[in-house]
Formats: sequence, C-alpha cells, structure tokens
Amino acid sequence: MSGRGLFSRTALVLGLVFLYVPILSLIVYSFNNSRLVTVWDAAHSPTLKWYGVLLSDGQVLDAAWLSLRVAICAATTSAVLGTLAGTALARFGAFRGRSLLLGMTTAPIVMPEVISGLSLLLFFVVVEHAIGWPRGMGALTITLAHVSFCMAYVTVVIQSRLAGFDESLEEAAQDLGARPAKVFWRITLPLILPAVLAGWLLAFTLSWDDLVISQFVAGPGSSTLPMVIFSKVRLGVSPDVNALATLMVSVVASGVVIATLWMRHRQRRRERDMQLAAVANL
Amino acid sequence: MEQPETRGLIERLQSRGGRRLVIGIPALWLAVFFLIPFLIVLKISFAEPRLSIPPYTPLLSWLHGLPVPRFHLSGYRYLFTDPLYLRSYLYSVMVAAVSTLLCLGLGYPMAYAIARAGEAWRTFLLMLIVLPFWTSFLLRVYAWIGLLQNDGLVNNVLMSLGLIRHPVTLLQTDFSLYIGIVYSYLPYMILPLYANLEKHDPALLEAAADLGARPLRAFLRVTLPQSLPGIAAGSLLVFIPAVGEYVIPTLLGRTDQIMIGRMLSDEFFDNRDWPVASGVAILILLLLVVPIVLLQRVERRELESEAEAEAETQVQARVEI
Repeated sequence: MSGRGLFSRTALVLGLVFLYVPILSLIVYSFNNSRLVTVWDAAHSPTLKWYGVLLSDGQVLDAAWLSLRVAICAATTSAVLGTLAGTALARFGAFRGRSLLLGMTTAPIVMPEVISGLSLLLFFVVVEHAIGWPRGMGALTITLAHVSFCMAYVTVVIQSRLAGFDESLEEAAQDLGARPAKVFWRITLPLILPAVLAGWLLAFTLSWDDLVISQFVAGPGSSTLPMVIFSKVRLGVSPDVNALATLMVSVVASGVVIATLWMRHRQRRRERDMQLAAVANL
Repeated sequence: MEQPETRGLIERLQSRGGRRLVIGIPALWLAVFFLIPFLIVLKISFAEPRLSIPPYTPLLSWLHGLPVPRFHLSGYRYLFTDPLYLRSYLYSVMVAAVSTLLCLGLGYPMAYAIARAGEAWRTFLLMLIVLPFWTSFLLRVYAWIGLLQNDGLVNNVLMSLGLIRHPVTLLQTDFSLYIGIVYSYLPYMILPLYANLEKHDPALLEAAADLGARPLRAFLRVTLPQSLPGIAAGSLLVFIPAVGEYVIPTLLGRTDQIMIGRMLSDEFFDNRDWPVASGVAILILLLLVVPIVLLQRVERRELESEAEAEAETQVQARVEI
C-alpha cells in the first residue's frame, strides 16, 4: 500500500511541477531587463520595463478592448441560452428531440476548433451572399461564433448542478399552486445561481482565450487579443508577452481563489442551515 | 387541490408554451450556428474551386429551367491520392494516440493520489489542477518556447548538470510537440479519472488485502477494472481535440510534418481552396465520429450510475431510519 502511495504522490508532485514551472518562468522573465527572454540580466533586473512597453502598445490595447467586449457579450448570451438548455435537459424528462439537443450541446465541446471555425466562417459567407447579413466579418461574427461553443459548456455546468438537486423543492412549490414560470424564478434559479455565475465565468474565459475560431471569423479588420499574441509569438519570444501573461495569470488566479473561498463559505452556510433545520425538526 | 377548469387549461397551455420556449430557443440557436454550418461544409466539400465570390462552384445549375445537381469529387480525390494528406492524417492520429497514453501514464497516478488525499488537501489539489485550465492556453504553450529553445531553461539546466555539453535542439521536434499537448490536455485526463477514483470504496481494497492480495495485485484486480470508465472518458477527452490540434503543432511542432488541423487551415487561408479545406474537415469528422459517440455513451453511463448510486444511498438511508 505505502509503496504505491509513494509512487502516486511522487507523480502528483512531479506533475504539478510540470504544470507550474512554465507559468512561473513566464512570470519571472517578465521582470527581466534583457530582450533575450532566456538570459537573466542580473544587473538591471527586476524591472517593470516590459509592462510599460505593453501598456503603450496601441495594437495590444485595441485588441484587449475588442476581446473584452466580445467576451462579455458572448458570456452573457451563452449564460442565458445555456441555462435554458441545461434546465430543459435536466428537468423536462424525455421530450421529443432531447437526444438531438443533447448531442448539439455536447458536440461543440469536443469538436476540433479548426472545424468549428471553418464551418462558421463558411456559414457567414453563404448567409451574407444570400441575404446581405452579417455585413462583413468582425466583432459581431466573433461573438456569435463564441456563443455557440461557450453555451455548450454552460449547459453542462447547469445540467450537472440541477442533477445534483432533487426535484422535491420544485415539486413542493408546484403542489402549493405556483406556476412553472414562478417555480423557475423563485426556486430553481436561486438554487442554480452559483452555477450560472460559474458558467458565465467559464464562458468568459473561453471566449477571451479563443484563438482558432476567432481567426477564421474575424475578417481582416479586427484582431482579438489572442490573435495579436499569436502573431507576435510566431516570430519568436518577446518579453512584453511575458508581461501580458503575468497580468492575465494574476487576474485569473485571484479570481479563482476568491470564487473558491466564496463557494466554500456558501456551502458551509448551507450545511449549517440544513443542520439547524434538522435540529428544528426534532 | 381542486382548480377551476378554465384556469387549469390556460395554465397548462402557458406552461406548455413556456416549455417549448425553454427547449426551442437554445435548440434554434444551435441549429442555426452549429448544425447548418456543418451542412454547408459538407456541401462545399463536393464543389470545385473557382475564381469567384464565393470561390466554389454551385451544386445546382439550371439547364433549360430544370435544376441539375453537380457533385464534384475532385476535392476528395486530391485527399486520397496525394500522399501528403495521407501522411499528415496518419501522423495526427499517431500524435494524438501517443499523447493520450502519455497523459494517462502521468494523469492516472496524479488522480489516484488526489483521490486518496485528505479532504482539505483534495479541494486544494483539485484547484491546482484546474487553475492552469483557466489561464490562457496560448500563453502556456508560448511559455514552452522560452523553456525549450537552445539557450532556454531546460538546456541550461542540463548543461550545468553536466549531462550535455552543447545545447540540444528541443524545439520544433516531436518531443516539444508531445510536451505541449500533454501539458495542455493533462487536466482533461485527470478530472474524469479523479471523479471515478474518488467514488471507489476503500473497503474493497481492504477486503482484497485481508484475503491476502498484494497491493499491486489488488490494484490490478480491483481498482483498475473499476476505473475503466474514467480511463475511457479521460482518454477520449484528450484524443479527440488532439487530433485536430492547430496551435500547439504550429508553435512547438515539426516544420517538415504538419498535422491535419494545420493542413485544413493552410488549405483555406493560404491556398484559398475551400472545397479541399471542407473535405479535410469532413475527413477529420469521419475519423472522430466513433470516438465522439463512445465518449457520449461513457458519459451517459457514468451519469446513470451516479443517479443509481444516489438512489441506492437514499434507499439505504431510509432503511436505516
């Protein structure tokens, strides 16, 4: 027993080192003075030089602004659509077309991005040719494309959250005469609100990070942040990308830590309420 | 509860309308932005490229007022006769398969260690596994360029240890490609494995040990067979996207052998050959249909077994009361 315990624990530690060394190296070298990302210029480092370079780069800032707008719109739309789809899949029993809906919401998750990107671009071109909409590729087409794969993730999050709750509360409300819509707004939605928020955040990050699909549907005029990073990185390492990575990692890390603590706090409160209820029942 | 007949009827109609909307809105969205685009790809894969807008021949042409279908197989003929495509197809499958095995080899013991860790540790370790998943994929792949290049960290460490005298070329090799894919997809392997391993009943292993089974044997006979659904789900979650991977091979992979996802993108953007690009997409899909269906089946079975387990514990709880 202990032999295998030791083996798996060693693998875990090595695996975590493997996962985190690249991220740490990005952060460390973002404070390096040298343009050569791999040579540590001890005399002039650490420095915030590359952060200055990054924040005065108009192309990067424009792209970040576009990515932010797209991600907020895409995440919000997919949170709504994903909540609807997740509710239908988890609560409506066996309805006609259920397996089609299930298939359509899970397929985009595993679909290779090049195929999703190609198919959406061809779709937009064909539709524009036929009815004159959407006029050219840009923020709108990127957002629409992102929604179709982001909502799939939200659907899965909502569905598994709803599967974790039994339906007794909703049934009780219905028995007391509440209409389905009211049951949804007053009972179901508050129960799954954390999942909706988690889904929104997940959708936001997916949209914010997406490169391949955006590259297909962006058109020549607009570049999202990952597209700008990709074109910089293809030419080799550049330290301002390290600075950008450090900023993004710190935002995400603090966000995830705060979210985890908040969820745990909520869960504890729920458990305490349940215990109180149990005591009251006695 | 008695209700007036008319109110009941209106309510039922309303709720049925509400149900339809809840199902219909997302279904319509997915039909328009997911299903129809695929049909368009399928359609264009049977066309021929030409210099026009859009740059392919229509599938229907009008002859004496009658529609005549015109299917061209030239795109596909290209794909099957040019060894370049076949090689890239096989290479992609091989890369995805090897990466899946590597992820499994590293991910299984990691998931096992997390599942056996104490409760407080488990949340923390899971967060550590998921955290990189929330940060930019592109930037994490980029980090490896800095680590693996000739004057990068890996070569410097190896040289200072005296293991090598001169920098070894690591970038743009199969090695760097595998590093990149395993690095990016490891969480996809660990999470379903963990979800499976965490449910195992330690009493079974104790029973095996009591009956005299040695740990390795107990693992092979008890834990491993039980974790097969987790292995299947994790492997498929790595294999499927890895086949069509575009970013990692472009940044870290070989330049003399490209993967099929890059092939598609090059056909489309560089050669402007929409029918061939669509044909490549259809071929990737054909290759992935079986794994995708398998994945859905595994996931459904896991969900059902979870529901069953839950029902069982509920029944047990009731019996105990």
